[in-house]
Amino acid sequence: MSKIKIHKQSPHVDMTPMVDLFSLLLTFFMLTTSFRPQEATIIDTPSSISEKMAPDKEILTISIDKDGKCYFNVDNGPDTSTMFRAKVLEKMAEKYELKFTDKQIDKFSKLNSFGMPVQMLGKWIDAKDQAKRDALYNQLRIAKKDGIPMDSTDNQLAWWIFFTRQIDVNIDVGIKADMETDYKVVKKVLDILQDKNVNRFNLTTNLEKVEVKLDK
Amino acid sequence: MAEIIENTGGKEKGKRKPKKHSTAIDMTPMVDLMCLLITFFMLTTAFSKPKIMEIVLPEKVKDTTKVKSPQIAASRTFNIILAENDLIYWYVGLADPTKPPLPALTRTDYSKDGIRKVLLEKNKDLFKKIYELKDKIISGKLVIPKDSVNSEIKKLKNSDEIGPIVLIKAKDNIKYKNFVDIIDEMAITNIARYAVVDINSVEVKMLESVPK
Repeated sequence: MSKIKIHKQSPHVDMTPMVDLFSLLLTFFMLTTSFRPQEATIIDTPSSISEKMAPDKEILTISIDKDGKCYFNVDNGPDTSTMFRAKVLEKMAEKYELKFTDKQIDKFSKLNSFGMPVQMLGKWIDAKDQAKRDALYNQLRIAKKDGIPMDSTDNQLAWWIFFTRQIDVNIDVGIKADMETDYKVVKKVLDILQDKNVNRFNLTTNLEKVEVKLDK
Repeated sequence: MAEIIENTGGKEKGKRKPKKHSTAIDMTPMVDLMCLLITFFMLTTAFSKPKIMEIVLPEKVKDTTKVKSPQIAASRTFNIILAENDLIYWYVGLADPTKPPLPALTRTDYSKDGIRKVLLEKNKDLFKKIYELKDKIISGKLVIPKDSVNSEIKKLKNSDEIGPIVLIKAKDNIKYKNFVDIIDEMAITNIARYAVVDINSVEVKMLESVPK
């Protein structure tokens, strides 16, 4: 009797369908992706029913975290040649008599939101990576110098807003505050904005669906 | 990069037979790489763009002597005072200490049956109109371009003459969430006219005298 030959199965699995699927997913993600911007701080925004999208160009964002610290961000404008960030920084440097090298200004225009006195900004720009920046924030926190100063003696936030609006007159103002932020701080920021003749604000919120019906 | 597996299964008998190359390519490295990339894109992607809520505050009047504050009917004024611990107090009319008695404060909250019910009751007329308009559009009875829906609603709001004029007064020690919530309620209940104003000393006193 001859032995029953066991059909030798190759250990190779046909991966073609898998690869097909993966490439599909990969293409999808690559095309739809818009990178989550690096934020200086975690902000948990309240929710509203508004379905309006936040504009991604020409917006000045003031983020306020739980502790009432202010962070400022402005984008570079409709195209890269406008260089709004660099121009704003130059104006700020002139106002506070600070010197930034061309390299620093160039790097600043590629960065994101920041929350510190303008005097410390150089260090922040020079920081090589996110870890270094976090360390700098921690230092500032200990020294109680984090957040953009906005008291009446040294109202840097007002100047940031002023110069930004001088450079881009069409800029929208967005306020992104944490749910737990004290209204007092938000009101102060609104006051500063109103002093600079900004009366229309965009409050960043999460979407929440609500159904309302009248009785009868 | 890709390694081609040669068919090593059977021994070749004849010399003339050309070496059979299998067409199967080892795709493992490719799959590995794809997995990695997919994971990367999945984690870094931000799908839902943040939404925004627009508010417009009245312009700051620097010289108060020149501009008269707008006169509004006291009966239409609906005052909302936002207090700490997620509480809302409201009253109708004016709180004028020279003309006692002062209006009574009613306590409510941010829930569905709280301030929303009160506001809906006050704004029934306008809300109904807007609701009917939206209903008509959804059911297809009324065909108008999408862009003009908002302007239609705006028209309805502007023509509103009996709805409440809501004055939102916030105490300093409330949370930002409360503020957003109340403005959101305005949008939900379709209030045509509302404004964020400062709380005055009379109201602060009224709040103090409210039994806790």
